[in-house]
Amino acid sequence: MKKVFKHLVSTVVPVNIENVDTDQIIPARFLKATTREGFGENLFRDWRYDANNQPKPDFILNDPTYQGEILVAGKNFGCGSSREHAAWAIADAGFKVVVSSFFADIFKGNALNNFLLTVQVSEDFLAKIFAAVKADPAAKIEVDLESQYIKIVASGEQEGFDINPYKKACLINGYDDIDYILSLKEDIARYEKSREFNF
Amino acid sequence: MGKTLVDKIWDNHVVVSKAGFPDVLYINTHFIHEVTSPQAFDGLRRRGLPVFRTGKTHATADHNVPTLDQHLPIKEALSRHQVEMLSTNTAEFGVELYGLGHPYQGIVHVIGPELGITLPGMTIVCGDSHTSTHGAFGAIAFGIGTSEVEEVLATQCILQYRPKRMKIEINGQLKKGVLSKDIILYIIAQISAAGGTGYFVEFAGEAIRSLSMEARMTICNMSIEMGARGGLIAPDDTTFAYIKGREFAPKGANWDKALAYWKTLYSDSDAQFDKVLTYDAANIEPMITYGTNPGMGIGITQHIPVVEALDEKEKVSFKKSLEYMDLQPGAGLLGKKVDYVFIGSCTNSRIEDLRLVAEFVKGKKKANDITVWIVPGSKQVEAQAKAEGLHEVFEAAGFHLREPGCSACLGMNEDKIPAGMYCISTSNRNFEGRQGPNARTFLASPLTAAVAAITGQVTDVREWL
Ligand code: SF4
Repeated sequence: MKKVFKHLVSTVVPVNIENVDTDQIIPARFLKATTREGFGENLFRDWRYDANNQPKPDFILNDPTYQGEILVAGKNFGCGSSREHAAWAIADAGFKVVVSSFFADIFKGNALNNFLLTVQVSEDFLAKIFAAVKADPAAKIEVDLESQYIKIVASGEQEGFDINPYKKACLINGYDDIDYILSLKEDIARYEKSREFNF
Repeated sequence: MGKTLVDKIWDNHVVVSKAGFPDVLYINTHFIHEVTSPQAFDGLRRRGLPVFRTGKTHATADHNVPTLDQHLPIKEALSRHQVEMLSTNTAEFGVELYGLGHPYQGIVHVIGPELGITLPGMTIVCGDSHTSTHGAFGAIAFGIGTSEVEEVLATQCILQYRPKRMKIEINGQLKKGVLSKDIILYIIAQISAAGGTGYFVEFAGEAIRSLSMEARMTICNMSIEMGARGGLIAPDDTTFAYIKGREFAPKGANWDKALAYWKTLYSDSDAQFDKVLTYDAANIEPMITYGTNPGMGIGITQHIPVVEALDEKEKVSFKKSLEYMDLQPGAGLLGKKVDYVFIGSCTNSRIEDLRLVAEFVKGKKKANDITVWIVPGSKQVEAQAKAEGLHEVFEAAGFHLREPGCSACLGMNEDKIPAGMYCISTSNRNFEGRQGPNARTFLASPLTAAVAAITGQVTDVREWL
């Protein structure tokens, strides 16, 4: 099925931690699969389970109060390694949007390449979302890609977010980068010829 | 107005640039390894596409390989499977593989430079964040995700937005006992693990110029740890001398042409950077990290910050980090008992690193309760170390030179630090669980690691020189 993303209204799972690195999102020992599926089970593995594989009750993903397709996290989310498995794990666990006040570059690119929308908001707005969810775990958040806004449904407070126009078009229309570059094959051939020594 | 080095290389690789779209950037060299490539090859199969330019892709197995008895089959089934998949995929798609047993096998960021594949002015990518290492040659080199690996395999191009440019100048001269690893840990401690996000960083200044190529690679390797897209250093005579004569380096008339081009690769004196930072090398002491991101570093004689000194928001992650490390705010690290020493990884596993360590430990004995792993970055480094007799120096000191691979840099292969143990590591990441579940990592230079191997505790190496 062709993936697209346009609009979403959902409750959220708040992970109020800063500098969540990709080794936390998906520890290296789970990177051994050779397909893209099944990583969701091990999302935040070492925060979710203790050494005996028992769920740690105080970690938010183990708390059934918090459900939804939007993951909200503290500043500098996705720092560390370039493993795309981090984006796969989040998407595979059923999330469609990640909200933070700051994303690491590579993670952001990887997420968007997998139709997982990253929404970067101000520190203030992020604090408001955390507060709204704390007050009411059933609080809903609306994300609209077409008009580029994110809204706390109950209070109506909203904020715009940036996304580059190319990626926006990809998400809305379900294109991907390879389709686009392959449409430029002649330009690539011309480029290669024009280099005297092409290393 | 003049151009920065990044802009010169970038402009030279733009295939198509359209308003509102990312640039289509041509890639000269693509390195692949077993962890981030299987899904990319799968993608090609699903699309019915070949590898577009097979000769520009080089493969090796590094993350999953054991570092003892490499001639035997890999014990762990999933690791073995990934390594086997790499053999199958490269054979099917016609890509050269330096797999286990091959004299060129090693950590992907170690073998590229030593084989002369990595050259100035190139664009280089790999599905691995420490691809920034190759920037030491004056190349645009950066890590990519698996979808992008597929993209480069399919098209030899990648879609990218031009990064912002930062210049970091280190002036003056390094003090005794201070290595390039300390420079980069110092910079990251100054600007934080996110301070370089969105930038390509050019390292410059007298202290950088006076470094060897291998020391420069250590710096560029860790530019990703401040969040930067990549780091690079303008090529100079040190660079050219390092490259000359290497296996894949240009030869004869091609060398002359290449050299003439490489000499144009510097930032013009009137080039504009988006940000410039300047530091004095003399202020840098041997560094060590105390926390769980590489920005949490201090000079070895300094103390861990006190909680009150931090702003409200930082306090939570700071406390969590110190709890993980079982360390106290305000405490010093000198004298802290260490259980493991790991000298290796794409940051510090090259021949110069091993020579430095060997020279230091010669005639000394390792501490009783400490486990020391010395892991060369490649088969060639291993062979060179043996040719120079370094393995005998290590044996005499009570450690063993292992076989090449990523080893304890990441808890993916057999080499893991046990839960709760402290490891002084010359690698690049001290994240929770990076070296194994609940392992505790102190990042430091090879010299600081070597002295800890002898004393069994965190030690100021300057007192031993
Ligand atoms: S040595 Fe460590 S950082 Fe380098 S490529 Fe291997 S796992 Fe990555």
